[in-house]
Amino acid sequence: MTVFPSQVADSTADSTQIKATCSPEVAVAKFSQFAFPYREILYQSIRNTFYHVPMWFAMMLILIFSTVYSVRYLNKGRIEDDILASQAVNVALMFGALGLATGMTWATYTWGEPWPNDPKLNGAAVGVIIYMAYIVLRGSLTDEIKRAKISAVYNVFAIVIFTLFIFIIPRLTDSLHPGNGGNPAFSKYDLDSHLRLFFYPAVIGWSMLGFWLLSIGVRIKLLESKKSSQ
Amino acid sequence: MRKITPFFLSLILSLSAAAQGEQASSSLMRSHLKMYVVVAVLVIIFAGITLFLFSLERRLKKLEDNSK
Repeated sequence: MTVFPSQVADSTADSTQIKATCSPEVAVAKFSQFAFPYREILYQSIRNTFYHVPMWFAMMLILIFSTVYSVRYLNKGRIEDDILASQAVNVALMFGALGLATGMTWATYTWGEPWPNDPKLNGAAVGVIIYMAYIVLRGSLTDEIKRAKISAVYNVFAIVIFTLFIFIIPRLTDSLHPGNGGNPAFSKYDLDSHLRLFFYPAVIGWSMLGFWLLSIGVRIKLLESKKSSQ
Repeated sequence: MRKITPFFLSLILSLSAAAQGEQASSSLMRSHLKMYVVVAVLVIIFAGITLFLFSLERRLKKLEDNSK
């Protein structure tokens, strides 16, 4: 059975099972039954919307944060800003790796293979590699000031290229991802906003976890740099 | 920081290796309306965050050892 990416299937074949797996207690009071976008290739794995997608949202937020601090470093020249920017890239790379890994798992059982030749996937992989290069670049420079300056400039360029690869190019061509290449995004699947009710809190939660990890990394780094300067 | 990069690489590589043995687990993953795909995703996220926390802990431990 082929299901086109833009097709929202309202099959009733499994509707009894759907009712059985979604108990009415979960439902918001005014709805008689909890509903979620139902498609043949997705089924219950639509719930990955709360895990796979926020990984990329959190990554993007943290990368924007990192760029802001890189620009601030170039303006003011405070080494703390450089530490914040570099630790942010570390956490963002963790989210990127998790986003790729969860995406591959999800793709295996929905699109049929872990890595279909999709522009969004390839773009995301290139984006993650660009930020790995940032880490390598920092590792290759020993002088603290030079390292901070060069990597801050690189970081500003990196976010531009990352945005280009992950948001713009997939929209210009065909993509399996919702919201890209003429595919419908949320609004088409999520007719009664039930997914949004859980999705946006999930984005906030995962981002907050990311910023917490980031703050731990920064505090350790500050202690390390204080130690080495003594 | 230089220690973290190989960790991310190995995380990605190990997953593509895990995808090879997918045939056996395929029926489980597709059962219960593909609910186990969500379980697998949760396990991956938990493992990733745990590994990241371990790498932070290693750095902290080095600091503690140095401050003695």
